[in-house]
Amino acid sequence: MQDRVVTKAELFLGFLKIGMLGFGGIAPWARHIIIEERRWLTEREFAAILGIGQVLPGPNTMNAAVIIGDRFQGLAGAVLCVLGQLLVPLTIVTALGAAYLHFADVPAVRAVVVGAAAGAAGLVMGTAVKMTRNIRPAPLSLLVAAAVFVKVGILEWPLVPVVAVLVPLSIGAAALDRRA
Amino acid sequence: MSQASLVDIAQVFGALSLVSIGGANAALPEIRRQVVEVHGWMTDPGFADAFAISHAVPGPNIIMVSLIGWQVAGLAGLLVATAAIVLPSCTLAFIVSRILGRWSDHPGVALVKAGLVPVALGLILASGVAMMRVAAHGTLTLAIGLATAGFVVASRRNPLWALAAGSGVMAMWGR
Repeated sequence: MQDRVVTKAELFLGFLKIGMLGFGGIAPWARHIIIEERRWLTEREFAAILGIGQVLPGPNTMNAAVIIGDRFQGLAGAVLCVLGQLLVPLTIVTALGAAYLHFADVPAVRAVVVGAAAGAAGLVMGTAVKMTRNIRPAPLSLLVAAAVFVKVGILEWPLVPVVAVLVPLSIGAAALDRRA
Repeated sequence: MSQASLVDIAQVFGALSLVSIGGANAALPEIRRQVVEVHGWMTDPGFADAFAISHAVPGPNIIMVSLIGWQVAGLAGLLVATAAIVLPSCTLAFIVSRILGRWSDHPGVALVKAGLVPVALGLILASGVAMMRVAAHGTLTLAIGLATAGFVVASRRNPLWALAAGSGVMAMWGR
C-alpha cells in the first residue's frame, strides 16, 4: 500500500486526541481516529500493528504508537506519538486522584465512575467485533481468533503460554488460508 | 504506607515493562504483588482505588503505574514510574519496528503480520470481557456495557456519545 504522508504535528495532535478521548484504554480510540477519522492506515494494517504491539512486552497501544510514529516520521515521530498519548491522561489522573480522595463517598460520583467503566468494557468488545467484521478473516484465521478469545477471555488461561502456542499456529493458518 | 525510593520505583517498573506482554491489565496481578506485598508502598484498598481511578479517566491503562508513582513518591515518583514502565518496552518496539521496516518485502514478514491479526482480534475481545467482569455489578451495568458495544458495532459516530449516555443513566438510576 502506498503510504500517505502524515506530518509530525499531525501525529502529535492525533495521539494527543487519542489520549484525551481514551476512556477504558487506548485501542478503540486509536482505531476510531486513525482509521475512521484520519485514514492514516487501513483496518488490516492497523490490526497487524496492534498485533505486533500485543505480542511485544509493555502496553500494546504504546508499542503501536512507537511503530506508527516511526513509520511516518522516524524516531521523532515515535517519541511524539508516545508523549502525545500520555500528556493529557497524566494531568487528568493526578488531578482526579487528588479529588477522588475527597469525593469517593458521594454516591453520584461512584455511579458515574461505575457507569463509565461498564461502557468502557462494552467499547472494547464492540471494537473487537467491528474490526473482525471489517477484516473478514479467512476461515482458519477466524478459528485462531476464536481460540485466543476463548482461552484468554473465557477460560482465563495465562496470556504468555497461550500467545506462545497460538502465534505460530496462526502464522501457519495464514499460510494455508493464503494458499487456499 | 512507606515512602518509596526512586531507585526502587525505577527497578520495579522497569523490570515489569519488559515482561508485561498484554499490557497493564495482563500485568495487574504482578504489579499488585510488587507494590503491596513485596515493597509495602500501598495498602490493598489504596491499590484498588488507584485501579478504579485510572480506568475511569481517559488514557492508556498504564497510567495506573504513573498514579501509583505519584501516590508513593510525589511528582518525581510519577515521572520515574512512567519513564520506567514506558521506556524499555518502547525501545524494544522501536527496534522491532526498524527490523520489520527493513524486511517488509520479505514474504515471511508479511506472513507473520498476517498471523498476528487474528491473535490481536481474539485478545482485544478477551480484554473487553475481562473488563466487563470487573465493571458489571448487575443488570444495569451489564446492559450499559452491551448497549455501548452495540453502538460501536452499528455506528461510525464518536463512541464518546455512548459512554456519556451510560454514565448519565448510572447517575440517574444507578445509585
